[in-house]
Amino acid sequence: MADINVGRNILEANERLAAEHRQRFAAAGVKVLNLISSPGAGKTSLLEQTLSRLAGRLRCAVIEGDIQTDEDARRVAACGVRAVQIETQGACHLDGAMLSQALQPLDLNALDLLIIENVGNLVCPVDFDLGEDMKVAVLSVTEGDDKPSKYPALFREAGVLLVNKIDLLPYVDCDLERIHRTCRALNPQQVAFDVSCKSGEGLSAWVDWLESWVKG
Amino acid sequence: MSIAQSLLAIVLEEAQRHQVSRVTKVAVKVGAWANVVPSSLTFSFDLIKEGTLASEAVLEIEQMPAQGACHACGAKIDMAQPVFACPECGSKDIELTSGQELYVDHIEAE
Repeated sequence: MADINVGRNILEANERLAAEHRQRFAAAGVKVLNLISSPGAGKTSLLEQTLSRLAGRLRCAVIEGDIQTDEDARRVAACGVRAVQIETQGACHLDGAMLSQALQPLDLNALDLLIIENVGNLVCPVDFDLGEDMKVAVLSVTEGDDKPSKYPALFREAGVLLVNKIDLLPYVDCDLERIHRTCRALNPQQVAFDVSCKSGEGLSAWVDWLESWVKG
Repeated sequence: MSIAQSLLAIVLEEAQRHQVSRVTKVAVKVGAWANVVPSSLTFSFDLIKEGTLASEAVLEIEQMPAQGACHACGAKIDMAQPVFACPECGSKDIELTSGQELYVDHIEAE
């Protein structure tokens, strides 16, 4: 009988790919965001609003992760932005191997900003580093103000928090200040914006910030 | 499931490297904040180990507690629940020091 010491990270294959991707992104001078939220928080609507405001200001592309259908990629492409769809066929998150495939048709040197829209899920996407510069957490007010404390991993790691659907605040029991209090405690450096893709409120502040972050 | 697949790949690679014929035990350490449910990992691992050198391997999962440290007063903090300030001195300058582990510690084989 043999007792073999291993001491290997179970996610090492993904982390190797993430390091490779991070290097490629840096070499091409493209900034990369990993957009994470639960299903229906408004990631794709936010992309539509963000990309149409960034037209002529930044060269953008999007990678869309969904379990099935290319509906989101078509919505994003309608904004005049190159979109590559990943259909995960059941997987609840994107990983490095899926991203490698999706990167093939893209000319990273011709881009300023690449946004990866992860599969809607507040848990698993956080474990799989994609080599991004920053995670962006999207939370809609209809999901409840308890989500940051229930799913702390995402809200601790996200560099930006976008609280979406604030036009619905009068109709839901959601304490916006509680969301911000919890997120500040989890990550004091986090930048936060309250937005509505319906009314447009807050979007230009977010897009201006994003543009200067990319150029900075 | 993808975590179980990565785990099995590592186990089979180590088994081949050490030229063993049968893996009997796989010991992994999982942090309380690693977003991994031990019973789900065992379920997935048992499904995919069939027909491999590890088909009889028992998966032993040790859960690592979530601990933090306070940068202000040096206190060790139990982070089993999200903690936003040091219970000793109230500082918010605290850091998670363990609880995110997810690794294969050792395997037993013949």
